[in-house]
Amino acid sequence: MNRVTHIAANTFREAIRDRVLYNLIAFAVLLSGAAIFVGQVSIHIERLVVVNLGLTAVSLFGVVIAIFIGIGLVSKEMEKRTLYTVLSRPVRRWEFIVGKFFGLTGTLVVNTFCMAIGVFAALLYVSHKFHASDAWILVALFFIVLQFLILCSLALLFSSFSSPLLSAVFAFSLFVIGSFAEDLRGFAGMSHGLTRWLATGAAYLVPNFSALNVIGQVAHEQPIAAHLIAFNTGYALAYSAMVICGAVLIFERRNLK
Amino acid sequence: MIALETINLEKTYAVGFWRKKPRVALRPLNLTVAEGEVFGFLGPNGAGKTTTLKLLMGLVFPTGGTARILGKDINDPAIKAQIGFLPEQPYFYDYLTAKELLEYYARLSGMEPKERVRKVEAMLKRVGLKDAARVQLRKFSKGMLQRVGLAQAVLHDPRVVFLDEPMSGLDPMGRREVRDLMEELKQQGKTVFFSTHILSDAEALCDRVAVIHQGELRGVGHVAELTSSIAAKVELIWNGSAVPAGLSALGAECRVIGETVRAVLPEAQQEAALEILRRERLRLISLIPVRSSLEQYYLQKVSPEARPAVGAR
Repeated sequence: MNRVTHIAANTFREAIRDRVLYNLIAFAVLLSGAAIFVGQVSIHIERLVVVNLGLTAVSLFGVVIAIFIGIGLVSKEMEKRTLYTVLSRPVRRWEFIVGKFFGLTGTLVVNTFCMAIGVFAALLYVSHKFHASDAWILVALFFIVLQFLILCSLALLFSSFSSPLLSAVFAFSLFVIGSFAEDLRGFAGMSHGLTRWLATGAAYLVPNFSALNVIGQVAHEQPIAAHLIAFNTGYALAYSAMVICGAVLIFERRNLK
Repeated sequence: MIALETINLEKTYAVGFWRKKPRVALRPLNLTVAEGEVFGFLGPNGAGKTTTLKLLMGLVFPTGGTARILGKDINDPAIKAQIGFLPEQPYFYDYLTAKELLEYYARLSGMEPKERVRKVEAMLKRVGLKDAARVQLRKFSKGMLQRVGLAQAVLHDPRVVFLDEPMSGLDPMGRREVRDLMEELKQQGKTVFFSTHILSDAEALCDRVAVIHQGELRGVGHVAELTSSIAAKVELIWNGSAVPAGLSALGAECRVIGETVRAVLPEAQQEAALEILRRERLRLISLIPVRSSLEQYYLQKVSPEARPAVGAR
């Protein structure tokens, strides 16, 4: 397990040294500007706009980082042959994959934490004080992190057998389809015959990102049910674990030419 | 003890769009390297040297056969703590400094914190990078990267060290440093298995060498044994500019150089050639045996007519 930690720490360090967290500056500028602008033009919906904008930005920034770092996690190491000196040590291939996964998710958690501070700062600027319902923003942020977990595992899966470009296309496509997973399930319910089977299969196979998106509810100060939090947590952890297992199975058999 | 043993180790890649076309990278390879030996693995580019090393490191999987390092199967993770590896033209995490990189590898090798700090410092000093310890690797030259590569390969005090083209791309000073390090490893009783196509280095360093070409083992043995297997030749030099007609029939290669003629011919024809020179009343200046070099052996083995070695050990 120590080796997983070392690989994760090195992956995290790579992201920091490659200035991935510089996106936080862009995020801070975007959010500060929006907060000032919204504060001046909105009447009584400042909070709604700031929460919506802030959480959507957190999600989008994270999705971009998860995909663009995740797709290169394995393929870049193979291409640059940095992997050779790692795997010639007492490091098992699954340890490498799991370490990479935790390193990237760790980066995204830190990233999300920093951006969350920005969201709350902007909220304080427009509302002048916090309300009890603002605590639901934390739940929305937690769900966003769960989305990142799934997305990181998918990017890593594709990276373990495909080129970075194809991996990016696959991961982004799944993110878009997964964001409409509830609609896909609705469509499956209305279809018949083979279409119904195919749509149902696809609806349950793709990650259900739409269930993890509660930004609208939180912006309207609606509470999130405890069972949804529990279900989403279990779902994201199980889905990511399965995808990581798939990545390990592929990588264990791969010739590092 | 046997440090390395390969038993019918082979690798065939499936290539082409549908991956149905086989490309043989390594034909069944049988090799044994004793502990403490410096073993040179020679061959031209694309001969199968890197494939063999990748198979031994578990980076690619064999199509057939197996290999054992220090008596353990290469798939046994425990054996990885006993081996060091320097890939060809190594590339490392360039966002790390030399010190951070070595510390990272030391951690992955399971070294204790105290030992890690001591070894990393000592190794940076050993490879002449103490002053550059805190410089990011992206600012390193090729020679410096090679030194970092060597440092990471021997950092954890492995018993068997595998080096893939360790002198490749280095200047004469760099090559000398690598040779010194390999000699040091030999003195410490380590086994060194290295691939190269720089024959002078192999001749100077190796106890034994193997020649591989087109994925086939063409010969293996002690350098002296291998060079002595080449038909011996002699060099005759005499005064004058005339080349007697009979010499060509003896297989002599003659060249007129000013007032002398130089002829190189098989040792077996030496007496016949001397008889011709006596008959023609030509004055012999010198008769020198031509020493067979590893290069001659190598060129003979990688020539299109050469046949693979059978059951080479």
